[in-house]
Parts: sequence; structure tokens; C-alpha cells
Amino acid sequence: MLRYLASRAGQALVVLWITYTIVFVLIQTLPSDPVTIFLASDAGADQELIDRVSALYGYDRPWFEQYALQLGNLLRGEFGFSLSTGQSVLERIGSVVGSTLALASTGLLLSVLIAIAISAVAFLVDSPRLRAIIVAAPSLFSSIPVFWLGIVVLQVFSFQLRILSLFPDGSLLSLLIPALVLAIPVSAPIAQVLLTGVEQASELAFVKTARAKGARPMRVFWHHVFRSSLGATTAVIGTTLGVLIAGSVITETVFARPGLGSVLLRAVIAQDVPLVQGLVFLTTLVVVVAALVVDLITPLLDPRVLRSVGTRGVSRLGA
Amino acid sequence: MRVPRGVGELPLPGPATALSALLVLVLVAWLAVPGLFTGYDPLVGDSAEVFLAPSVAHPFGTDHLGRDVLARVIHGTTQTALTAGLAVLVGLALGTAIGLASSTLGPWADAISMRVIDALIALPAFMVALFVVAAYGAGPVSLGVGVGIGSIVLFARVTRAEVLRVRALDYVEASKLAGAGYFRQLFGHILPGASGALIALAVVDFGAAVLAVSALGYLGFGTPPPTPEWGLIIAEGRNYLANAWWMTSLPGTFVLLVVVALGVLGRYLGKATRA
Repeated sequence: MLRYLASRAGQALVVLWITYTIVFVLIQTLPSDPVTIFLASDAGADQELIDRVSALYGYDRPWFEQYALQLGNLLRGEFGFSLSTGQSVLERIGSVVGSTLALASTGLLLSVLIAIAISAVAFLVDSPRLRAIIVAAPSLFSSIPVFWLGIVVLQVFSFQLRILSLFPDGSLLSLLIPALVLAIPVSAPIAQVLLTGVEQASELAFVKTARAKGARPMRVFWHHVFRSSLGATTAVIGTTLGVLIAGSVITETVFARPGLGSVLLRAVIAQDVPLVQGLVFLTTLVVVVAALVVDLITPLLDPRVLRSVGTRGVSRLGA
Repeated sequence: MRVPRGVGELPLPGPATALSALLVLVLVAWLAVPGLFTGYDPLVGDSAEVFLAPSVAHPFGTDHLGRDVLARVIHGTTQTALTAGLAVLVGLALGTAIGLASSTLGPWADAISMRVIDALIALPAFMVALFVVAAYGAGPVSLGVGVGIGSIVLFARVTRAEVLRVRALDYVEASKLAGAGYFRQLFGHILPGASGALIALAVVDFGAAVLAVSALGYLGFGTPPPTPEWGLIIAEGRNYLANAWWMTSLPGTFVLLVVVALGVLGRYLGKATRA
């Protein structure tokens, strides 16, 4: 187990290093450096100012020095500094990240609940026609434009029903409704895995036995079907984090919530490349750590996983 | 000798597939000759006709400038489809290159490519797209490239898996024994054999790209107004939710239908090539 742990952590570090390199290469392909791009839109910026700021950020050095310098900063936990405000990336999002985390975690929780509900209904329903409709729901959910769903929901709940304020007022409803919008597309891949689990489990001997013994269908679902697809479900939740981040940013914009989204979008509009770059690294770190955690707990949830793959790794980053 | 599992031999499509194909054909027609399908100007409105609810004359209603919303959606096909198409091309080109490198250039290339694929999986696609937009400035080209980077992984993995499958087939083995060189095997046998799965994936990915492009267009990172683009059309209706529900709801439903249709069509092609 310890060897397995160490090898997975090592793989995660390699992944982080390569992501850093990919982003670094992308920046090197720019026709000029980030400081020039940022200040170019500013009429008052002269060459001297550009040179001074470039020197401050290290963009005047040869590429290999920049590569080592920025990598060293990342290893010390420094994700860079915003060109607009001079604040570090962590300072910049520190005051608003709580709001994003609340939205994203509520959204993730709701998406798991939706996925469980879909698969439970698919397991319990007897009519094949009804089941076909339920089974098609996830691919419909993943095709819904989140920004549009948010607008429609806002229209219904704020303008028609008048039960949701147009701007977040701190009420539970102003968290739950955006979280529900976010949860719809996120639930799709989770539901797909659970539905596959339902399909396979119905053929498994222990499920047939439980059914034959006359166990209540809901009990069979929880104790046998759901449990046996718990490992795969955890794995797919790790891979949906990218969708969750994207969905959170868009949902925040639609519902005018402060958070990572407003900071990120303002940075993109201002072409504040170092800040956006820092946020890319930060979200990648979250995804990689989540995948690592998933890989470590999957064998605990489903011992069959570790037995079948040995120490080679359960899934390549949850994929 | 027949190329197995190509797209030449499709099973009979169901009603959902037929409807999806029809919708995609309509899109292609809108892309080619938008003016043929609407008499209204997508840019200039009639100030006497602002905020008209959907009717026979204006099926999607009119907007705050008196422009026909359906005309804007029809003309907007160009921007959205071309940007999404660029994204698919970027993903297909780079993904296929990585997939081929990993599956045909030996164990070292395979190990390195797989690590790159791991890293691309870890990078959140949406963040990468925004990063490219921040670095290169908003616009359809940076948007297309940014969104396309996110789908490299999909194409790389499918290419790798398909090449490994096709290479083990008898006729490819036979051509190798007959002395065919690397490129002759690659372009003569392996790539044609893998093309079915790649085309199916490209169709599904085009749908995902339409979704991503219109989301980023909604955020204002695509083409600037007044040029119509699906995400932008929906964004313009945002300020009139109280009095003109059709400005957002109808174009949005349309985007949803397009993405669903492309998904259905892609899965049908995928099933056909795996059958």
C-alpha cells in the first residue's frame, strides 16, 4: 500500500511539472511578453515603464532562466502576481474563494444526488419505455448550455415567481438555485457511470441472490447495486472537477455572484496573463490532488480494484 | 481488400438519428447560404418592430433593436460553426499526432506521449481556453484554438487505441511482411482503418465545441457585437428577461437541440464503426 501511495504521488508530481511546461511553452509562443500585452492597451505606457515591469516579473531574462525561476516560485507555493493589482494570485482570490467553494461543493453534492436518483429510478422502474427516457437524461443534461439554463432559471424564479432576488442576498435559496443549475451538467457523467453499474449489477450473482431472497428493491439498490459501483463513481467524480470549475465560473457570472469567476473574467478581459496563468496552475493543482485522493480511497471503497490492478495504479488520474 | 469498420457500412438509422441528421443538414445549408432562409437583415433592425413576441412573421420574435432573432441565429451559424470547426481541427490535428507518435514510434515516444496526455487531462479545458484568450486577446481564432486544446486528449487516446487495434489486423501485418515502409503502412492502412472512430469522435466533439464556443461567446470573448454568434445572441437577451423571454429562451433551446443532435449522430457513427 505504501509503495502504491508513493508511486501515485510521484506520478502526480510529474503531471504537475508537465502541465507547467505546457503552459510555459504557450507563453513563449506569444509574439511579445505578457507585460507588453498588458500595457499595450494603456495609452500612457512608455517603453521605460514596460522595461521596468518586465524586469520586475523577470520577463527580460532568457527563457531557461524564466523557466527555472517560475518553477522555483511554484514549488514554494507562489502562483505569481497580478499585473492589474500587484497582489499575489492567492491574495487576489483569497477574499472570494469561499463563495466559489460553497457553490461548487453544494453543486457537486446536488449532482451526486441527481445521479443517484436517476440510477435508482432506472433500477426500480419496470416499464422499458420509461427506462429508456430516464437512461437518455444524462446525455441531454451534458448538452445543456449552463449559461442559458441559468438565465431561464433566473427568469422563472426571479421574474415570474419572484422568490429569488436578482442578486445574491445570502439566503439559502440564492445558493441552492445556482448550485442546482451547476449540478445538472456535472451530474451527467456521474449518472452515466451509475447507470452502467446498475446494468452490470443486475447481472451479478449477489444481486440476483438478494432479489431471489425477496429483498425489497430499494434495499437491493443501496446495499448491492450502489455499493458495487461506488468505486467507479468516486473515480468519475474526480474527473468531473474540470467541468465543475467551468460550470462554477459561468454560473457565478449569470447569477452575479462574487467569486473565482468574477476575478478570472476580469483578468481575461484585462489580459492579465500572469494572474490567469496562476489560476490555471491553482485549478490544475486542485484537479491533480483530487485525482490522487480518489485513487487512494477507491481501493478502500472497493477492494476488488486494488486486487485486480496491483500497484500499477488504479486509474491514470482517474481517467 | 475491404477496409473493415469504415463508415461505408452503416446500420439503418432510427428516428432520432434521422431527425438529428436533418437538423445538421439544415445547419450546413444555413452556413452555406444564410440569406436564402431569412428575408431579414441580422444587423439592422426595424425600430417600429422592437420586442415583438414570436409570431409567424418572426418565429423567434424580435430584439431590442427590432432585429429578427431567427435571422440572427441563422446568420450566427457561420461564426459559431467556424469557430467550433477550428477547435475540432486543432484537437484532431494535435491529438492524432500525439496518438500516432505514442502508438507507432516505439516505447520511449509512447511513455512521453502518455505523460503529456496525463498532463492535458489534468489541465481544466475551460481554464486553458480562457488562458489562450487572455494571452492572444478575444476573438474567434484564439477562442477556437483555446477550445481545441481541450479536446487534444480525446483524439490522442482514440487514435492510440485505434492504431493498436488496426495494426494487429491481418492485412496490416501482411503489408508489413510484404515490405511496406512506415509511411505506406500509416497512410495506406492504419489511418484509413482508424478513420471511422475518429470521424465519429469529431462529430461528438463538434457538439461539445459548439457548447464551449457559445459559452465563451456569451461571456464576451468571441466575436464583438453586432456580428451574430449564438452565445452572444443569448447574452444580448440577458438584459430583457422581464419583457422578452424569447430573446434568450429560443436561441438557447436551439443550441441545446444542435448539441443533442450532434451527440446522437456521433454516437450513431461510433456504433456503426464498432459494429
